[in-house]
Amino acid sequence: MRVGLVVNPVAGLGGAAGLKGSDGADVQREALARGAIARAGERATAAVRALLATRPDATVVTVPGAMGEHAVRAAGAVPELVACTPGEPSSSADTRACVRALAAVDLLLFAGGDGTARDVLDAAPGMPVLGIPAGVKVYSGCFAVGPAAAGHAAAEFAGDTTEAEVVDLDEQGYREGRVGPRLYGTLTVPAVRVRLSGRKTGSSGAAPESIEAIAREVVARMRPGVRYILGPGTTTRAVGRALGAESTLLGVDVVADGVPIGVDLSERALLDLVEGHETDAVVSVIGGQGFVFGRGNQQISPSVLARVHGLTVLATRTKLAALGGRPLLADTGDPATDARLSGFVRVVTGYRESVPYRIVPASEECCG
Amino acid sequence: MGAVGESFAKLPIEAKPPLRRFHQARWDEPIIFELSSPGRRGIGVPEAGVPAVELPAGIRRETPPALPQMSQLHVLRHYMRLSQETIGVDLGIAVGQGTCTMKYSPKINDRFVADAKIAELHPAQPEDSVQGVLAIYWHLEQMLKEISGLNRVCLQPGSGSAAIYANIAMIRAYHASRGEGEQRDQVITTMFSHPSNAACAKVAGYEVITLMPDADGYPDIEALRAAVGPRTAALMITNPEDTGIYNPRIAEFVELVHGAGGLACYDQANANGILGITRAADAGFDLCHFNLHKTFSTPHACGGPAAGACGVAEKLVPFMPGPTIEFDGERYFLDTDRPQSVGKIRPYLGVTPNVVRAYAWIMALGAEGLRQVAETAVLNNNYLMHKVLQIPGASAPWNKDRLEQVRYSWQALYEDTGVHSEEIGVRASDFGVHYWTSHHPYLVPEPFTLEPTESYSKEDLDEYAAILAHVADEARSEPEFVKGAPYNQTVHKIDPTCLDDPEQWATTWRAYVRKHLS
Repeated sequence: MRVGLVVNPVAGLGGAAGLKGSDGADVQREALARGAIARAGERATAAVRALLATRPDATVVTVPGAMGEHAVRAAGAVPELVACTPGEPSSSADTRACVRALAAVDLLLFAGGDGTARDVLDAAPGMPVLGIPAGVKVYSGCFAVGPAAAGHAAAEFAGDTTEAEVVDLDEQGYREGRVGPRLYGTLTVPAVRVRLSGRKTGSSGAAPESIEAIAREVVARMRPGVRYILGPGTTTRAVGRALGAESTLLGVDVVADGVPIGVDLSERALLDLVEGHETDAVVSVIGGQGFVFGRGNQQISPSVLARVHGLTVLATRTKLAALGGRPLLADTGDPATDARLSGFVRVVTGYRESVPYRIVPASEECCG
Repeated sequence: MGAVGESFAKLPIEAKPPLRRFHQARWDEPIIFELSSPGRRGIGVPEAGVPAVELPAGIRRETPPALPQMSQLHVLRHYMRLSQETIGVDLGIAVGQGTCTMKYSPKINDRFVADAKIAELHPAQPEDSVQGVLAIYWHLEQMLKEISGLNRVCLQPGSGSAAIYANIAMIRAYHASRGEGEQRDQVITTMFSHPSNAACAKVAGYEVITLMPDADGYPDIEALRAAVGPRTAALMITNPEDTGIYNPRIAEFVELVHGAGGLACYDQANANGILGITRAADAGFDLCHFNLHKTFSTPHACGGPAAGACGVAEKLVPFMPGPTIEFDGERYFLDTDRPQSVGKIRPYLGVTPNVVRAYAWIMALGAEGLRQVAETAVLNNNYLMHKVLQIPGASAPWNKDRLEQVRYSWQALYEDTGVHSEEIGVRASDFGVHYWTSHHPYLVPEPFTLEPTESYSKEDLDEYAAILAHVADEARSEPEFVKGAPYNQTVHKIDPTCLDDPEQWATTWRAYVRKHLS
């Protein structure tokens, strides 16, 4: 098995320096000036060590220097190197170039944060990838829970894959106390098998967590003549697919009577489509912080929401569980709209299954 | 002492390590069908001395039954080997199967059910010839009525989930009788109630609404307020939940549901923490169920017959599964004239051997003994919790008092070592114990659920906690070693994915042959 490795050597710098992120050369210089030490290399080394402990026969393929080679050698292994000459210090463009240079691997591990994940996404890798969490912001679904877990998942990877969302925060806004992830796209990641040794009984064939089941429920609830706004995300996209239509991953679409009548719409276009029609909004939870409005779906604006009659929120029970009891968040930019959206919403978690869950204005929930 | 004895005395004998050295038997035992050989048999039946009678063609099989052909010795050896390849209450400290309430099943009770008076009963015998066993059913019902506070108890279901299904069937029939069957199409349950509640409700055609825990670990009462309404058929809830946390507002939950016209159904499969202390009826519940194999010491089934008991309030009595067992002061009899009954949940009366065992267990303990069971189980659990929480990396989320079990978390240990809870549990099996994690999804990260019941001694709990501490220590010093476990077990790691693939799973030999050998 050939496992690729890319390290973003400056990932995580800004966190230690209290800068809430490390995107951009200025922030990185400031972090180093404040005495920050880059840890991404160490974390990549831990992942490589875990990988090779289970799969000593695996070949780690990487690029010369700080973006990979050093971390592999620190794990006591000899990497296979491909030609790529990153700048010093390295940049987003270097990450993208390295990913492209490592095309011939079974799986690509990358050490960094959400910004690095966006660079990997931009490089359009042709192979499955898995993130080693090493950044300040790690909200994307393409990361393992820790370096050792990334190494183990790589060792156990047997070809089954799934899609994971790449989300990132606007760092400038984050520093100003406004927080919230945006969805940028999806990466192909190893499908981590549900660990089953603890089960008491065999389960049925249907996967316990299925976005297709959620989509089936949404479609079953759809009423003739009603217009449905579908927000961004993989779960809402599954609703479009259940209707036999291809809806956008990142955009906002509208369907009526089972047919898309608008794709990747702006706020203006949404207002035109919903004006004078009974309209429901169907949105999913973006990122690990529980945002349902105001992050990546700003098109569904307060003006649009003023014309929406019903709201359906979609999430797997695993996603709700991962919130650890924290509420869902609305941040439409209009306090009155956020207040109107507050309260319990019936979150669809499966076919004929739901969970009543609380939405609060993001301003009421502590950020950071 | 002679020369021989002296030389033995000088042999170097290694001191025993602090933890028990255990090794499970490993026989590589095939499936019994693979042991079959044509013509082998257990009993040679002698000639009867009368002419053979030709069976009528209509009742004759066209092909012989595909049963294994074996001698008695080989059958005995096969099952003895399998019994050595298992772990459980009779050999180990089975406190790790949390929510299952693995307690000692007294052996004397097996003697009662092996007695010819029970073992040779035929389920279709006339009432007058089975007055004894009908009396046991009737008396057990009276005792469970007292324990639940409800008006009638049905002992027909063959498992806990069958009892839950009987309850949901009664709920459906009750609302239908009032003309609200169509309107009330939602059942509310909680994340930490047993998933059979959601599953049975769904099988019965209901939409399922699940309440998440609030910040204190209790089911969120505000979410319940948001969920109840004219569509509510019932609340189906466990208390204490699988976390071991008792919901002190349970009566309020019941009132909210009643206020909306719904019924409240108490999953008391495991009543071990509250036996003799609080009752379903006292909190206002309309229905409840017990698993005789959890609370009342009968053997667990794992696909074979266990036994469940459904308790109901007066307004649900007409809908009980039938027939009911009645007593007119002199004679026990079956009442089959029950026009509103939901019908049979299983054939005949119920799982009679388990009804006899539960009856014997309750009779041996008496009312005070039952309460002592709960008090001891709660004491044992809190002692074990005290020991487990001293292990670095173990925690019990929500910091609440616990009754008879605790859902713990190894999250901190996992973050430090990369070792999952499942892997800790598998490594523990190298010491003859194990544990179960949690139902899915894992709301408590890296979960493990321990439930010591009343059966275990302080020494047992000390030994169990020492094993967990040892394995947690190994996870820190040699994580790869823990991940490679088990080393002393019957089998090594298995690939569980076949359990999720209908093309692969095979619960019978016939299915195995069809899917894997043909």
